[in-house]
Parts: sequence; C-alpha cells; structure tokens
Amino acid sequence: MGRRYFQGKNPLFLTIGAGVLITLLVIFIITPILGLFFRISFEQFLASLSDPVVWNALVLSLVTASISTLVIILVGTPVAWVNARHHYPGREIVDTLIDLPLVLPPTVAGLALLLAFGRMGLIGSFFYDYGISIAFTTLAVIIAQIFVSIPFYIRQARASFEQLDTMYEHAAKSLGSPSVPTFFTIILPLVKAGLIGGAIMSFARALGEFGATIMFAGNFQGRTQTMPLAIYTAMQGDLTAAITLSVILIIISFLIIAFVKFKLRGYGER
Amino acid sequence: MKFSWIIPVTVVFLAAILLTGCTGNQAEPGKTELTVFAAASLTGALTDMAETYETSHPGIHVVLNFDGSQALRTQIEQGAYADVFLSANTKHLYALRDQGLMENSSIGLFAKNKLAVITPASNPGNITTLADLTRPGTRLVIGTKDVPVGDYARQILKKMGNDSTYGPSYNASVLANVISEETTVTGVVTKVQLGEADAGIVYESDITPENRDRFLVISIPDQYNVIAEYPAGIVGSSAHKDEAAGFLAYLKGEQGRAILAKYGFALP
Amino acid sequence: MAVRRDLREYLLEAEFTVRQGEIMVLIGENGSGKSSLLHLIAGLLPPGAGHIRIGEQVLYDSMNGIHVPAEYREIGLVFQNHAVFPHLTVFENVAFGLRRRKVPEPEIRERVGELLARVSLENLSGVRGDQLSGGERQRTALARALVISPTLLLLDEPVSALDAAAQERMRSYLHTYVKTSNIPCIVVTHSFRDAASLGDQMGVMERGRIIQNGDLEEIRGNGSHFLHQFFCGCRKDSCHL
Repeated sequence: MGRRYFQGKNPLFLTIGAGVLITLLVIFIITPILGLFFRISFEQFLASLSDPVVWNALVLSLVTASISTLVIILVGTPVAWVNARHHYPGREIVDTLIDLPLVLPPTVAGLALLLAFGRMGLIGSFFYDYGISIAFTTLAVIIAQIFVSIPFYIRQARASFEQLDTMYEHAAKSLGSPSVPTFFTIILPLVKAGLIGGAIMSFARALGEFGATIMFAGNFQGRTQTMPLAIYTAMQGDLTAAITLSVILIIISFLIIAFVKFKLRGYGER
Repeated sequence: MKFSWIIPVTVVFLAAILLTGCTGNQAEPGKTELTVFAAASLTGALTDMAETYETSHPGIHVVLNFDGSQALRTQIEQGAYADVFLSANTKHLYALRDQGLMENSSIGLFAKNKLAVITPASNPGNITTLADLTRPGTRLVIGTKDVPVGDYARQILKKMGNDSTYGPSYNASVLANVISEETTVTGVVTKVQLGEADAGIVYESDITPENRDRFLVISIPDQYNVIAEYPAGIVGSSAHKDEAAGFLAYLKGEQGRAILAKYGFALP
Repeated sequence: MAVRRDLREYLLEAEFTVRQGEIMVLIGENGSGKSSLLHLIAGLLPPGAGHIRIGEQVLYDSMNGIHVPAEYREIGLVFQNHAVFPHLTVFENVAFGLRRRKVPEPEIRERVGELLARVSLENLSGVRGDQLSGGERQRTALARALVISPTLLLLDEPVSALDAAAQERMRSYLHTYVKTSNIPCIVVTHSFRDAASLGDQMGVMERGRIIQNGDLEEIRGNGSHFLHQFFCGCRKDSCHL
C-alpha cells in the first residue's frame, strides 16, 4: 500500500505542475499572435497585400535575406570548417569575434556599420572616393543582415562539423581522395542537415533584422524598407498595413520553423 | 500531500505577476513617479527640464519616454501608462482627446517650433541655399509622412513648389533626392551629424547649444515654413493628476519657458 | 619500418618488418596503440620521426623529409568502426576509391561487382550505408579497401562484427587474398582465432611499444598475464591448464 502511494504521489505532483506550466506558456506565446490575427479581417488582409508599401517590403525582404543567406553560406562554411578542424593561433579570438554580433544590440551594430561603411567611415570613405556609396542602399541592407545573422550559421555549421567523426575523412583519404573532393563528396552530404538548419536560422534572423538596418541603410520604400522597417513606419500611420506585414512575417517564420522541425527530422547525419 | 500542486501553481502565478508587473523602473521609496511621454524633438529640452524639476520637487521622479508623436499616441491608445503627453503636433494629441483618453481641461499649447534645413558642418553636398536641395545626387533625409516633422517638411516643399521663385518642379526634384525617411526627428539629426546625409529637414529646436557647431543651418522663410504647435495634456488614466498638473504648470511657467527657449523653441 | 610519435599518453615507438604475402597479427590491450600504429602507417597521423617503406617505395622518412600524403599511399585500410559512408549505397562506397582514380565506368562496375560477390553483398549493392547491419558494414568496408588493389593491407578488427560461420569464411578469404596478391598485411585483433588462423607472425603491443615480435608458438611460450589470457581465455593465476 505504502509503495503504491509512493509511486503515485510524485507523478501526480509533476503532471499537474508540468501541465499548468505548459498551458500557461502556450497561452503566453499564442495570445499576442492571435491578437494580431484578430485585429484585421481576411478582406482587409487581402486588400492590404496590394498596397505597394506592403508589397515592396515583402519583395525587398525576401530578396535581401536570400542574398544574405547565400553569402553567409559561401563565406561561413569554409570558416566553420577551418575552425572546427584546424588549430591556429588566434582561433579562439576569431570564434569570439564571430559570436559578437549575437550579443550586440542591433542599433549598436548599425551605428558601427555606419561608422565603418558610411561615406565618412573607415572603409566607406575609400569607396566614396571612387564614387561608390554603400550606406542607404540595398547593399547596406544586405551588409547589415549578414553582420547580424552570420553567427547563427557559423555556430551551427561548426557544431555539425565537430560532431562528424573524423573516420569518414580518414576513410576517404586512405581511398585516395584529396581534401577538396572529400569535402564535397563526403563531408558536405553528411552535415547537410546541420548546415541547412543553420542557414534557415540565419535567414530568419536576416528577415527580422530591424535595428542595424534602419541605422545603416535608412528607411526608404522599395530600396531599404524591409518588412520590419515597414511595420514600424506603418505603425505611425496605417495600422492595417502594419498588422498585415506582421501577419505575413509570422506566417513565414512559422513555415520556416515547421520546415526545420519536420522536414529535417532524422535526415542526413546518420 | 494532496495539495502539493499548490506550489508549482503558486510559482507560476508569481512569475506571471512579476512578468506583467515589472515593467519600467521601480520608483524610489517615498517618491511619486511621473511618466512623461514626449515627442522626440523635445529630447534635449525635456531631459534638462526633468532634472531641474526634480531638484526643485524632491518628492517626484520624472520618467521620460521619447518617440515619434504618432508612436506615443499608439502606445497610449493601446493602454501604455503615461501621466503627461507632450506632442509635436495637435493632430495626435487631439485624436486622443477625441477618443476620451485625455483630461480635456488640461490641454494647452506650450511651445512652437519651426523647421530648418541642416547640413553637416563640413557640408559635403555643398548645400548653401534651399534651391541647392534639387541638385541631383544630393543625399537628403526627412521624416516619414506620418511623423510630424516629415509631414511639415512635405508641406513646406509643396508651398515652395507653388511659389514662382522655386518653380513647380521643386517639390518633386527635392523628394527624388530623399535617401531615407526616418521615423523620428532624432534619426534625421543623427544621420546629418554623422555626415552620412548631405542635408536634413528638422526642427529649429533640434539645433541645440550642444550640437550647434556640428551643423550649418539654412533657415526656411516664414512664408513657406510651418509653425508646429506643441500641445501638452494630462492623460485620462493618470494616477497622479495633481503632480501632472504641477509639472505642466512648471513647463508653461517661467523656468520651463526659459529652458524651451534655450533649445530653440518659440513660445506661444 | 620504424616510427616514433608522441601520443597524448605515451610515446608510440615501433620497429618491424612485414614481408610480401605475409600477415602480421597485432595484439595488445585496449589503448596500447594498435589502431594508432595503423593510422601512422596509413598516413592519417603524422609520425614524429622514423621510416616507413613498402617494397622500394618510401612513404615516410624523417631524415630525408619524405612524407607521402595518405591519399597517395595506395594502402587498403579497414577501420574499427568500418567508416562506411552512410549517405552512399554499398556500390558507391566500394566504387569510391575507383572514382577518385578516374577508372572508366564499365571497369568500375566490373571490379565492384566482383568484390561484392566475394563478400556476399551483391544483393545489397543499392542499399545506403546507414541501412546496413554491423556485419554488412564490415564487409562493405573490406570490399572498399580491397577494390583499389592496395600495396599494403591494414585491418582493424576485420571480422569482429560477423557471426561465427561468416568469420571463418572471411578469414579464409583474407588469407587467400593476401597470399595470391602477394602484399603485406597487418591485422589488429582481440581474437585468438584470428591470430591463429591468419598470423604468419605476431606483434604484442604494450603502452605504444611492440614488446614481442615473432611467430605464434614462440610468443605463447613466454607469456605475460595479458598473453596468457589471450591464448588461454582465462586468468593466468587461476589457470588449470
């Protein structure tokens, strides 16, 4: 009897506790989101979609975030690989620097970028002498996005490379495959899921980037006004447009998370 | 222990209460916290004023929240707590009044402002007259159409376009040079101050004693200029209406006027 | 061949010769450096000093600064964990070394098919590496190492994942393979059966050194506790034989 009592007590306690916690957390997250969805009717949402402000922001956001993610993959993959597999003096410093944008407030990042790439900036003044200005252009939007979202990719990619057993590289090597072909035929396919996951997190971060963009790229419809900037701008006038854009962002973010969770589950990496 | 579930539930509710209750700074014991929502163009003057006010009224701690007037209005509409609202135009404050969110009797003008064109001291765009703003390639920064300073800038450009001195194409050619539409006037000032923009259209009050030497100022003649009227009022849901009234009296009084004048505001 | 290398725990130091067509069995306790020694020979770990040679070809010579990279050593290596590429089919795993060598496609099909038949994997050639059982992986790894016609064969526990009957078949196949292709072969094992049926000579490793090297009977005679247990299967101090 005592034994049964003992077995029964803790699970009940834990079940109720966990149940309450989970319920409250779900309510906490879902309420603000539902709040957005309930504020506009479907007709208003559709009508707002044809608003050039909404449309321009959506296209600009998707294009810039895609370009940023592509650049991040091309630059980040080799860096992550080198830092995962090779020791060199200063590697820890490089790692720390790569993580810095993660903890930097985005407005600080934007100000720093402006002081570096602006026409009065360290590097920007050099370009400006040749008639190239970077700040307040779509290029600046992409630079800001890369700056704030590259750590998400490199961290994930590096972890994936580190988790990969060296025996696969060794096997490929002993079978006569030099490093570069081995990387493309063996290593990349084996860490694919991790890299895609990291790229998607970077893409999501780039899509949501606000502070650095408004500082460094400014706010101009069709050129530098991405969705988060358009939302903030629209909040000062047309709230329906702001809500429409927010709803679109939520839908995209949700699809991204769903894709990561379900499509990549148990895929690749043995 | 039938009631052991009480503990986690209590913990959760405490956490929930803390989450909802812990917004903003905790007031120092014994002090009344007065929350002032003020238009971004008032940043310098109000920061100064809050300091002198707290010195002369030791029982009061002034909490300042600066943003675009429209953003502040939206925050109040959505239930943000404020005791006093200082707007950069009548539109947003009167909109709140019409929704019954303000103490109607407390509303009154306290400052006037005009707009001016500023360029960085180094003047990289070589802008010396208002006509220079039409030169292609000029990097101009203004406010968005929904923020008062951007709305006023557009009104001014329109008036100038209607005048034969500048010609009908003036408005469009200046707007074509806009590289960024900022959501607050401080955004415009920052970008000019950093030298990243050739020119910006801001309030005269944005040219403060502190930053005066970082800019060149081109005045806009009164015939084109817009006189912005700054109204202030007590928010209907304020829990400290007496203290709020005291602050408004100070703002409109001798000391308040002196500080406003120092920051370039005209007085009603 | 003679090599030296600092491992984390101790210095790996070994000197021995394996002749063409001869199988050397390497035994020793866990962590004694057997697998590391195979990696050194294959070129996957850089030795600190020494000399490695197959026939006339010098693979490593610290005195003359010669170091042939692993990918050019033409050594067949079967890893302890098999290292079968999980994303490739059995066929592509075995064909991997040939594709790197730009062997024409028909020849690849022929050579891979032949080896898969040898290790009884012809029915699984389209199955991905991560779908295989342990024994199937082991046979895939062996076929993959043999298909490149290596000049030296290094096997780390080559039959441990197989059942008893398959072990016997595999041992006899390996024995025949080494004798007919006339290449040297080093087998790391914990199994007395492997040692007895494959070994022409035997090396005993302890803390990074080959402490005994010779033929089986010779080593069996003067055994330590470890060796006794290896040969007899019981602890020396409680042995009734």
